[in-house]
Amino acid sequence: MSIWEYANPAKFMRTTDRLLPWVVGGAVLLSVTGVVWGFLTPDDFRQGSTVKIVFLHVPAAMMAINIWVMMLVASLIWIIRRHHVSALAAKAAAPIGAVMTLIALATGALWGQPMWGTWWEWDPRLTSFLILFLFYLGYIALWAAIDDPDSAADLTGVLCLVGSVFALLSRYAVLFWNQGLHQGASLSVQSGERMSHVYRYPLYTAMVGFGLLFLALLLIRTRTEIRRRRLAALQAREMRA
Amino acid sequence: MLALLTRDLRLAVRAGGGFGLGVAFFLILSALVPFGVGPDRAALAPVAPGILWVGALLACLLSLDRIFALDHEDGSLDLLATAPMPLEGAVAVKALAHWITTGLPLVLAAPLFGVLLQLPPVAMPWLVLSLLIGTPALSMLGAFGAALTVGLRRGGLLLSLLVLPLYIPTLIFGAEITRRGAEGAAIVTPLVFQAGITLAVLALIPFAAAAALRVNLR
Repeated sequence: MSIWEYANPAKFMRTTDRLLPWVVGGAVLLSVTGVVWGFLTPDDFRQGSTVKIVFLHVPAAMMAINIWVMMLVASLIWIIRRHHVSALAAKAAAPIGAVMTLIALATGALWGQPMWGTWWEWDPRLTSFLILFLFYLGYIALWAAIDDPDSAADLTGVLCLVGSVFALLSRYAVLFWNQGLHQGASLSVQSGERMSHVYRYPLYTAMVGFGLLFLALLLIRTRTEIRRRRLAALQAREMRA
Repeated sequence: MLALLTRDLRLAVRAGGGFGLGVAFFLILSALVPFGVGPDRAALAPVAPGILWVGALLACLLSLDRIFALDHEDGSLDLLATAPMPLEGAVAVKALAHWITTGLPLVLAAPLFGVLLQLPPVAMPWLVLSLLIGTPALSMLGAFGAALTVGLRRGGLLLSLLVLPLYIPTLIFGAEITRRGAEGAAIVTPLVFQAGITLAVLALIPFAAAAALRVNLR
């Protein structure tokens, strides 16, 4: 029993078929609970009711970065071990990541307007998210532009590797370029707690919920990609016959 | 390798007029900016480092698809791939040829455009130095982007979408060097970062670009 068994598309389809209802159920339950619970929390004494954006903003931002890391790992698995499911999972993850980045940017703008008095500021965190969004766009566009699925998987894999290095590099180059408005991490393992319990537990719930939401969407989209690949194979066989 | 370099240079100079195009584009950009921003020295001087660097970036971008596209069309890229020279070396040489035909003229012409944009004279050496250090990275990253999109019919726009985000660190440090040079501040830190990025790019990107080329030639 090894994890590589799931590289077999048939095995992957069978397992995810059984898993999917639970993941979808958990995702809906936890993300809805987290966000609604978040909206029921009392207002912050300085930020007022705008603090409630945090329950969408932080989980989305966290997923935006983690999804790119997941794409990097999936691309590496494809490049090294040539498992098709892995390449398809990376392809399926990219639009979800782009949307998460967009949610983080949009909620950030809505939050920044009342708090900082501006929709947009060329702050390091904001700028690096915009750059991350550009990387997602390039990755998705490259997938869409290449017809042959294996070449597309190879080329986007290489782009993902190089892009990861440069996304990270840009993150710190931007820090050098401009010191910003955005606060540092509010939840940190090392520095202890800087956020009230009232906000922390709904936030954790929303974070886990968004993680499950990503997993659910990823499984659904990967299954669609596998089916599309099977369909293409069937059509090709029919053409030959 | 030398033969490939001279061949590429000769092609760039003689055929198609790609040679001076980057500099001409740079000139037009420098002439257009004052129309948009206004002719005041006070308005132009602060934005000059950034405009010059963005201009260099775009001028470099213009000629990127030529790095591999023509060779791919007439099949000489397949010959290069099967030649005894490693494909990584061929990529590096072609990026070098691209830099000599677009990057180097930009570096040499930059002080002239600096004058047009009212860049303070003290910043001129730093502008030239930052471009000299930064533009090889632009050519190399461009070769990577060109290798990714070489087989595509409408690769041009996609190429800019792929390559421009990769240019961000070089742009940040290059413009920072020039800006600090204009203000007379310490420039060692961005200079070191800029050089580090360029060296890392020159050392590692040929492998990524060659891998992409091999996939496209499969």
